[in-house]
Amino acid sequence: MALLEISDLSKTFGGVLAVQNVSFSVDQGIVYSVIGPNGAGKTTLFNLITGIYTPCDGEIRLGGELVSGLAPHQLARKGMGRTFQNLQICMNMTAIENVMVGGHLSLDRNLIKSMLRFPSLRRADAVLRERAAELMVYVGLEAYLNSEASAMSYGALKRLEIARALAAKPRILFLDEPAAGFNPKETAEIDNLVRKIADSGITVVLVEHDMKMVMNISDRILVLNYGRKLTEGSARDVRDNPEVIAAYLGTAA
Amino acid sequence: MFSQILQFMFSGVTVGATYALAALGFTLIYNASNVINFAQGEFIMLGGILTVFFFKTGLPLPVALLLAVAIPAMVGVLVEKLAIEPAKGAGVESLIIITIGASLVLRGLVQISFGKGAASFPAFSGDAPINIGGAALAPQSLWVLGTTAVVVLALWLFFNRTVAGKAILATSYDPLAAQLVGVNTQLVLLVSFALSAAIGAMGGILLTPITMTSYDVGIMLGLKGFVAAVVGGLGSGLGAVVGGLLVGIVEALTAGYVSSAYKDAVPFLLIFVILFFMPRGLFGAKTTERV
Amino acid sequence: MKRAHAGLLVLTAILLLLPLVLPNAFYFDIVNRMAINAVIVLGLNLLIGFAGQISLGHAGFFGIGAYASAILTTHFSWPPLAALAVGAVGAALLALAIAPPIFRLRGHYLAMATLGLGIVISIVLKNEAAYTGGPDGMSVPPLTLFGFEIYGERQWYWLFAAILLFSVWACQNLIDSPFGRALRALHGSEVASQVVGVDVARYKVAIFVLSAFFASIMGSLSAHYVGFVTPNAAEFLHSIELMTMVVVGGMASVYGSVIGAVLLTALPQALATFEGWETVAFGVILMVSMIFLPKGLVPTIAAKLGRKR
Repeated sequence: MALLEISDLSKTFGGVLAVQNVSFSVDQGIVYSVIGPNGAGKTTLFNLITGIYTPCDGEIRLGGELVSGLAPHQLARKGMGRTFQNLQICMNMTAIENVMVGGHLSLDRNLIKSMLRFPSLRRADAVLRERAAELMVYVGLEAYLNSEASAMSYGALKRLEIARALAAKPRILFLDEPAAGFNPKETAEIDNLVRKIADSGITVVLVEHDMKMVMNISDRILVLNYGRKLTEGSARDVRDNPEVIAAYLGTAA
Repeated sequence: MFSQILQFMFSGVTVGATYALAALGFTLIYNASNVINFAQGEFIMLGGILTVFFFKTGLPLPVALLLAVAIPAMVGVLVEKLAIEPAKGAGVESLIIITIGASLVLRGLVQISFGKGAASFPAFSGDAPINIGGAALAPQSLWVLGTTAVVVLALWLFFNRTVAGKAILATSYDPLAAQLVGVNTQLVLLVSFALSAAIGAMGGILLTPITMTSYDVGIMLGLKGFVAAVVGGLGSGLGAVVGGLLVGIVEALTAGYVSSAYKDAVPFLLIFVILFFMPRGLFGAKTTERV
Repeated sequence: MKRAHAGLLVLTAILLLLPLVLPNAFYFDIVNRMAINAVIVLGLNLLIGFAGQISLGHAGFFGIGAYASAILTTHFSWPPLAALAVGAVGAALLALAIAPPIFRLRGHYLAMATLGLGIVISIVLKNEAAYTGGPDGMSVPPLTLFGFEIYGERQWYWLFAAILLFSVWACQNLIDSPFGRALRALHGSEVASQVVGVDVARYKVAIFVLSAFFASIMGSLSAHYVGFVTPNAAEFLHSIELMTMVVVGGMASVYGSVIGAVLLTALPQALATFEGWETVAFGVILMVSMIFLPKGLVPTIAAKLGRKR
């Protein structure tokens, strides 16, 4: 059953055709990777689907429902979550507060009640804090339960973003280069984490450059080149596809 | 009827030229450093105030004028050195607050040194108005327009035809890249502030025989100059000039046909219109942010 | 949140003991003005410090409250509380109307728009002399609460002290709540907040409206307290003074707001005869604060003492 259906998605920035007529669908519960050389439009594609950019053309359907053009906070309500390639962490807050922000939609946010310190609000917030702590342990950040976000390493912050995204209880999670800048050991750890997330029932869509990880973990792969879909299929199909090899390595002179 | 419109146009364009000079000053500094210098208005005020001061001490007018342009230029450099440089890397909001602070210091010092009274000096070529189409044009207005035109032309030549000017433009597009090709970005910043202050001071000087000057004219003139810069498109020299003239004309027409009490509100209402419908201004550049 | 409780207790103690220490009405007056400013600054700090926005025209809302009270009680004989309510609702509605388009702007453009708002309000107040008394201002009748007239600096002191305590308590509660967390998150990273469901635009509007509401109420009370209003209440320089209090005391710090208001209300008193120097002093303080103490006094000191807020 396709959870996410993308049809003919296109985006142009001033004369640059960043994404052209891309169509694909992602079934529920799988790990779906998007790969392609630098500049192929992968992050733009993510930004289009997650509402950061508005598509010029095409449709996005989540669970059968048309969601193209919705704002990111509206998409969050529909069960979409994501992390960012270049880390978007609130450095002015503690680590656990960052995760708690992820649980934002699950709480009463009434202004008057907040100012008057309604007990029901305080109780719900305490429950969220516990859940946030559990999530931090789940992604391997027990050491940082009492830390400021600004005191954490790059690798830890990447995990924090994942914990935050999970706090929103997404149906589908978009991870933009979760292993960027990681050494092989760290990449293997993230690999395990992504698997754990997928096994828990969340559909995962991944942009990643580390081919080993991609081949290891993906159920299906989409290859983009110059904003267009080059091919799509299982890991083996894609790996052996001569066009894909040419796109990455260039053709023989 | 026609002569009435013409009269309003004359006063609008005259004051608009001062706004244009102020706007050019804002644009210069914004281009070099992405800072909006809220102290720009005070440079305009300094031009007029200093001319009055030097003239009253008996110096010949040309000498007074020279000093009244040179000293603000030096003050501009001081502001850059003491306010902007120490705050390197601070956010936009911080820099706005810092330059507001600088403007308060300048205004306060002038208030202490010269008091609160209004003053003026004689117009450059007399007061006898010239009759054009039934409207009276003050000779000083011609000075204002003429000097503004010369300044705009000189700036255009400087930025497009000289290496130094191009270096400044390069810094505005990408400071790091400019540094890497040998541009002294620190010097560029100092020059921008000095130039911007000098231009603003000129505007203030030219306008003083028409409107008089005092320690607090800088606030409104500076703010309106900023509005002009935004209307024309922050960062565009042409925009600054067009914006300035536009603001001046709309203000004068409003004063004449709607209500002179509300003429000061016009630039700020204009700014709402522009910010809501055309935030990049008339000639501003379009940019997108990469996430 | 033990530390927050401690702070509140200390503040309560100070407010209860102060009347025993203050020698005469003159000093009560200064403290009253400090309290007025502190409450406005608390609201403004939510906007500037916590949510990371900017407002260079906030005195406009203060002016709206002040003149709503002045005009409705003087020309139309309304009861003061009703006039105050109208002023506050009016300011809130204005903020509500103008916030959505304004907060789509960033940086300089946002600053400019808020600046323009304040100036337009100030000009309207100066020009509609038939209602407002023009540049010279107008007098305001005393405040009567349910038939009881508040008279004299000491009586006003208790009213202002109570309002200040409530405001500090309410602001602390807000900051610790999910609403407050969303505010701080949007300051930290707007796009990150959005993707977890924070409707960033709505929060900015909400906090702008709230801070306008605070400012208007204090404007109304201030008008009754002083007995007189002038358009200076809404002018640009007043907005700058308020912002200086936020910046100096501590952005994103509740007690910083109070301290900033206290310090910078005392300053003009100290420099009362040196008008030009007062302006210079404010300017220097603004610059020095932003350059050397960008987080403000209270957070910087707190950090040095090893604490977190």
